[in-house]
Amino acid sequence: MKKLNIVVLAKQVPDTRNVGKDAMTAEGTVNRAALAAIFNPEDLNALEMALALKSQIPGTTVHVLTMGPERAEEILRDSIFRGADGGTLLSGREFAGADTLATSYALTCALKKLNPDLVVAGRQAIDGDTAQVGPQVAGKMDLPQVTYAEEVVEIKESTLVIKRRLERGVETVECPVPAVITVNGTAPDCRPKNARRVMRYKNMPLTVWGAADVDPDMDQLGLNGSPTKVKKIENVVFRAKECKRMTGTDTEIEGMMKELIASHTIG
Amino acid sequence: MNSVFVYIELEGRTPAEVSLELLTKGRELATTLGVKLEAVVLGHGLDGIEKELQHYGADVVWVADDKELAPFRTLPHTSILCGLIEQEQPQIALFGATSIGRDFAPRVSAALKSGLTADCTELVIGDHADAKGNEYKNLLYQIRPAFGGNIIATIVNPERRPQMATVREGVMKREHAKGHGPAEVKAIDYKKWLRGEDLVVKIIDRHIEAREVDLKAAPVIVAGGYGVGSRDNFKLLYELAEMLGGEVGASRAAVDAGFTEHCRQIGQTGVTVRPHLYIACGISGQIQHTAGMDGSSMVISIDKDPDAPIHKIADYAIVGDMNEVLPKMVKYYKQNSK
Ligand SMILES: Cc1cc2nc3c(=O)[nH]c(=O)nc-3n(C[C@H](O)[C@H](O)[C@H](O)COP(=O)(O)OP(=O)(O)OC[C@H]3O[C@@H](n4cnc5c(N)ncnc54)[C@H](O)[C@@H]3O)c2cc1C
Ligand SMILES: Cc1cc2nc3c(=O)[nH]c(=O)nc-3n(C[C@H](O)[C@H](O)[C@H](O)COP(=O)(O)OP(=O)(O)OC[C@H]3O[C@@H](n4cnc5c(N)ncnc54)[C@H](O)[C@@H]3O)c2cc1C
Repeated sequence: MKKLNIVVLAKQVPDTRNVGKDAMTAEGTVNRAALAAIFNPEDLNALEMALALKSQIPGTTVHVLTMGPERAEEILRDSIFRGADGGTLLSGREFAGADTLATSYALTCALKKLNPDLVVAGRQAIDGDTAQVGPQVAGKMDLPQVTYAEEVVEIKESTLVIKRRLERGVETVECPVPAVITVNGTAPDCRPKNARRVMRYKNMPLTVWGAADVDPDMDQLGLNGSPTKVKKIENVVFRAKECKRMTGTDTEIEGMMKELIASHTIG
Repeated sequence: MNSVFVYIELEGRTPAEVSLELLTKGRELATTLGVKLEAVVLGHGLDGIEKELQHYGADVVWVADDKELAPFRTLPHTSILCGLIEQEQPQIALFGATSIGRDFAPRVSAALKSGLTADCTELVIGDHADAKGNEYKNLLYQIRPAFGGNIIATIVNPERRPQMATVREGVMKREHAKGHGPAEVKAIDYKKWLRGEDLVVKIIDRHIEAREVDLKAAPVIVAGGYGVGSRDNFKLLYELAEMLGGEVGASRAAVDAGFTEHCRQIGQTGVTVRPHLYIACGISGQIQHTAGMDGSSMVISIDKDPDAPIHKIADYAIVGDMNEVLPKMVKYYKQNSK
């Protein structure tokens, strides 16, 4: 295969997996400010898949694109320390409030400027949790998509053979490039930061694009461009319900089993 | 009137469990709205497929039968479904939040520029007024957890149609529609929508494992966590589950520790279940676990730690050692059941 211009889509997310005791408020709701901003886990798997292709196909470059606030630059720099060639931040109030459709539209506008041969995204972001952006970008770019990729098994002249991890099995497909791939968390972990690259690139300038830089149709951006609207948000509160507390004595357990049988909960 | 569409996912030639659950929910929505429920089946060898679908309340079954359409591939299915949606203009379209649905539905939504809500746990019809004072009647409220299960959002799609949503397997109930007549079968004139370039991705190999354990259908689940301690101790759970006509489930920590198989994992990254009775043994009750079981009708928690969060969602909270409590449950069940 001839050299590829790969663009990795990556998102900075609050670490929703570590909603520990300190991240809960006294009312039992989430204290978002206490959550660290991290590199979306499956986007690191995506970056690794791209970097692995770079090392196998001479001349291939890996560029990382993220849309988010200014501090999302952190994950671009992190990517460069791990081996990416460059990064672009897409940022501005016009993009704010986007649902997945408006997010994928904005990313597609930027991708058209970057003109990739291959787009590699994570399967899912851990905050929005939708896994919709990858397939929607593929749709808007009118490219074939391979979701839940775990491994590139073979690189052919003009196609990639890719193993996909499904709910209850695996599927191997052959897909021509250009294409969009979304990478599953079961794919190999990303290589660590390289100390020499950290020294060399810690001050490397990154590209920052605003809406005007990507020629969008403003009606399709941000909140206005989002067909879905959040009507209501409730924080999940640990509610106390009617509860029988016991220590597991014989009398208690016998009483409980009798109640369950009497109420036909068990037969 | 604009109908409710349900995309029927196939496992071989059988409709997937989740699709039947969606038909049940779709029937309820269509009846509330006073419109038809229409199932869409794209695949191969589909003769008679409507029989099962009409039991779940489908009024119309749309069928495209072609060898290129099975097994599922994103591009041909997208072209055909988008064509059909543009022709029929349904107001709602529902998909399973499965490997297929989560690949396919976003692609369809991108092509139609309509909104899509992921992993809904509830779907109801309601009215909506926005900040600008616009009022909308009979929208689909799409209720879903996000932010790692820490918030619940109600999402609406006021302007664009169809209102699209995905739902995970096991979240909705599956029920035959009583007294429902035969469905009308309509052939989709799909060739006009299928493009040559839709066939560029080739499936080389496929291994789908048969479903062995059916946690979703189990009325009772005895689930074990890291606190069970070993693969050997899990035998106590199997014994109780078998006696109660249930299945054994597990937390991720128990699966990661190798105490039991991955297919038994319950929670955000496992299966979602809603049994009549859920018995949690040595499971602390982290949100990623409870997200998959908090729809259970009744919960018994057995955990040594009096402060374990699982006790807060239990109907019977037993602070104790599961190695002592489970044998007592077996004993007193045997003594008291007929
Ligand atoms: C409570 C809540 C519920 C929501 N529910 C919905 C909903 O049901 N439907 C809907 O359309 N929107 C929804 N949204 C909005 C959605 O979270 C945002 O649009 C978000 O920007 C993208 O969705 P995601 O986080 O789910 O990403 P996913 O689709 O899960 O992301 C998949 C991959 O796409 C790439 N990607 C995603 N975002 C970016 C980015 N900003 N920059 C670069 N790459 C990116 C990454 O590679 C990522 O791994 C919701 C938001 C909230 C707060
Ligand atoms: C993105 C993400 C997704 C996840 N998805 C899931 C998921 O789908 N499902 C899931 O379960 N987890 C999931 N997790 C993991 C979850 O956060 C917890 O780590 C996990 O549920 C903990 O399992 P546990 O309760 O078995 O273990 P622990 O938290 O270690 O709890 C063990 C409990 O056993 C008790 N115990 C010990 N010995 C005994 C005894 N002899 N008798 C009685 N009690 C005893 C202890 O007091 C303790 O409370 C996910 C995590 C992340 C980050």
